[in-house]
Amino acid sequence: MFKKGILILTLVGIGLMGCTNNQNINNEIIEEDAEPATLTVMTHDSFAISEEVLAEFENENNVQVQFLRAGDTGTAVNKAALAGDSPLADVFYGVDNTFLSRALEENIFESYQSPLLGEIPDQYKLDEQFRALPVDFGDVCLNYDIEYFAQNKLAIPKKLKDLQIPKYKSLLVVQNPATSSPGLAFLFATIGEFGPDGYLKFWEKLVKNDVLVVNDWETAYYSEFSRWGGTRPIVVSYGSSPPFEVIFAEEEMSDPPTAAIVADSTCFRQIEFVGILRGTENREMAEKWVDFMLSTTFQEDLPLQMYVFPVNENAVMDEAFVEFLAVPDEPVYLAPEDIAEHREEWIEAWTDVVIR
Amino acid sequence: MNMGNGKEKKQTNRQWLFWLLPLSFFVIFYFYPLGNIFALSFSRSETGVLVPFLDAIQSNSVQNVLSFTVWQALLSTLLTLAIGLPGAYLFGRFKFRGKNLLRALTGVPFVMPTLVVAAAFNALLGPRGWLNLGLMDIFDLSEPPIRFINTLGAILLAHVFYNTTIVLRMVGDFWGRLDPKLTQAAQTLGANRWQSWWGVTVPLLLPAITAAALLVFIFDFTSFGVVLVLGGPKFSTLEVEIFYQTISLFNLPMAAVLSLIQLFTTLGLTIIYTRLSNKLSRPLKQRGRKITQSKLLGWRQKTFGATMIGLMVLLFVTPLLALGVRSFTRLDPDKRQTVESVQSGFTTDFYEELSVNSRDSYFYAPPTSAIQTSLLYASATVFFALVLGFPAAWALARYKKSLASRLLDPILMLPLGTSAVTLGLGFIVALDSPPLDLRTSPLLIPLAHTLVAFPFVVRSLTPALRSIQPVLRKAAASLGASPSKVFKEIDLPLIGRALIVSATFALTISLGEFGATALVARPEFPTIPVVIYRFLSQPGGLNYGQALALSTILMVVTTLGMLAIERLRIAEVNEF
Repeated sequence: MFKKGILILTLVGIGLMGCTNNQNINNEIIEEDAEPATLTVMTHDSFAISEEVLAEFENENNVQVQFLRAGDTGTAVNKAALAGDSPLADVFYGVDNTFLSRALEENIFESYQSPLLGEIPDQYKLDEQFRALPVDFGDVCLNYDIEYFAQNKLAIPKKLKDLQIPKYKSLLVVQNPATSSPGLAFLFATIGEFGPDGYLKFWEKLVKNDVLVVNDWETAYYSEFSRWGGTRPIVVSYGSSPPFEVIFAEEEMSDPPTAAIVADSTCFRQIEFVGILRGTENREMAEKWVDFMLSTTFQEDLPLQMYVFPVNENAVMDEAFVEFLAVPDEPVYLAPEDIAEHREEWIEAWTDVVIR
Repeated sequence: MNMGNGKEKKQTNRQWLFWLLPLSFFVIFYFYPLGNIFALSFSRSETGVLVPFLDAIQSNSVQNVLSFTVWQALLSTLLTLAIGLPGAYLFGRFKFRGKNLLRALTGVPFVMPTLVVAAAFNALLGPRGWLNLGLMDIFDLSEPPIRFINTLGAILLAHVFYNTTIVLRMVGDFWGRLDPKLTQAAQTLGANRWQSWWGVTVPLLLPAITAAALLVFIFDFTSFGVVLVLGGPKFSTLEVEIFYQTISLFNLPMAAVLSLIQLFTTLGLTIIYTRLSNKLSRPLKQRGRKITQSKLLGWRQKTFGATMIGLMVLLFVTPLLALGVRSFTRLDPDKRQTVESVQSGFTTDFYEELSVNSRDSYFYAPPTSAIQTSLLYASATVFFALVLGFPAAWALARYKKSLASRLLDPILMLPLGTSAVTLGLGFIVALDSPPLDLRTSPLLIPLAHTLVAFPFVVRSLTPALRSIQPVLRKAAASLGASPSKVFKEIDLPLIGRALIVSATFALTISLGEFGATALVARPEFPTIPVVIYRFLSQPGGLNYGQALALSTILMVVTTLGMLAIERLRIAEVNEF
């Protein structure tokens, strides 16, 4: 009886789609039927790729790639983990070094030693068994409002420690590490810099210096950052945010209105990985996709699509992107094992000190 | 067994016919996924099922979260009623110019993504919002005097902003059908204005008021986005805590316990409500709007009307307007410390840019395609919700006292009290093998929306159906009308308004919903809210502007959608 119900619902649903004349979806259904080779790639919400680059892969391998967006990084990893033996897709891209331990513990990936790994420096290869292969990296850094600092003749902070000085009182807005990925990365930066025993003291001083904590990047950047709706001239964001401000400016501008602080030991580097989902029936094509993501074709498309950096040494970066970009020479280092082991404990302790 | 009993039994058996479709839907798309995720969550507990429960109950932070959740929901509900009830009186009893438009506009907040609402409030009340800049100008202050974001006030205001439409529609619609002669009769019998009000009008309205209050409370009780974005890190509801336990910590047993607490609180409330509403609701003589509604006459009514309209415009229309205005303005970075800077230049750039795939992205969706996708899902949701909700409401109204009705009635409300995070993961775990491998199917989106819309449809239709006087049906039948004719001539005209209210709720729920859409989103066919989030999650004035432009488009589409449904006029109540 239930099946009948579903059948009716399904028929009604398909009927409705026909009625409303949405040709895209109709066409897609037909194409899917006619095209036997389909590769399903699950990604986090920020994934992007240009049409041409994707078409190149599809034509070369006579395959159609079906993308699935599974939420932010944490949500996507959870979904992959819970799907268990019947994976949602063949490949999953988007787990980063802050969530890598969960993905590996949950054993969601099959190991694959891509021949292209040779073109990638060892520092990015965090999984020795090559279940998760590095694709790109980006830095979470403090951004500041250039005009505010110029107008107030204020020196730009050079170290994280500077943020506790009285002259920077009430200037900083950060995100809650429990709910926001850049917030978590910045917490890791402070732990890397001051050590697991010292970071809470640093945060206590930040609280005294009136740090503002909000739950999400959007509120921090668009509501509280002085470049936009707020009064705080320093915000936790990405190293690539200043070029965004130029490329997506309301009116053309020659210089970005914001800049990232990339001094040594102030930024935290997020590395993003791709892996073949355990239980895929498409292993061969999945391997090709992983190779493709590590190849220079995709790697050179990355910066302007997702505003992250390629890990492949041979990839050449677009000039428009590089022009306003500052890359930290020495981001804070935090061992992946430590992250895996203490993640929850660090967040809890931070919450007790800063929020409660 | 005599004849009468046998007939009654046959009648009660027939009710299952009505339940067949809605119940199958519930079992497959609600209980089955939910049961699966709970089972899986507890199977991951190293300490069995009971220990996580005890941990949660004994934990101070869980107790704090629970009491805050209840507290803010109570406050929000009371505030919502305080604005909504006089508003419902205005909409139910009076005719005035622009009424349909105002009613549609009060419903628009319901579809707005939280981040966009936050942006709207920020433009008005934020550190650089109009109010703060104005006050700084007048009193020559160097710091913004009003702190809005990250306060309890922000949470309450946003809840009122979002949910008042529920009271306006459910109570206002009901009020509009009450025969004014009932109060007039009381007054002829010597009751004064207050006595007839408390003795007649309020008791008659109670079924609709309690239904609306329950829905509002559940919405506030399970609030997520508002608390997260506007409340900030210091405030946490159960739903926020479930999200945190699930996504950040991946502590599924604890998340499941919290989910169950939330679920059973909803269930408990709903059971109290159904008991209450069974006592309260009674068949009523209904009247058409020609009789129940009049123009605003005399200074009392005019003052009341003007105050309420002004208040509603201030509360619901101004934030929307601020968004709309901002989507046409270019910010001038040099003069941004003054009020004038907010309107430093008219531009249609953001709208034009929407139709440009500037990055040659494979996932680019022009606004027309996003509108199409959104409307497609929304019309499917309206369809599913009515097809499933109507028979359920019918059975509830017809077989009011049967065991099935008493058991099922509260259960139908459960999806509203269920954590979206939990149910979303339930879909992933449960619907994973043919014929139910719907995890990646676009059909799952309207189905998920229907789960949320369904309780609204049932809650709107049941009071209307119950208030139909059986004598009307019997009279029609005894005059030789077939059952279908009775339905067409008696029931349909009487519940026409309620059907419109239901359809409107289903439409708005689907248009604004974000969670389920993100659950399995095919990125090639994003809905409007999904595209808005894409823009908002990137730095750059053009991205922000496009997010606001698309939000404005969403507001317009929603308003038009609601006005269109109003026009449908399935049937107007006739005079008997």
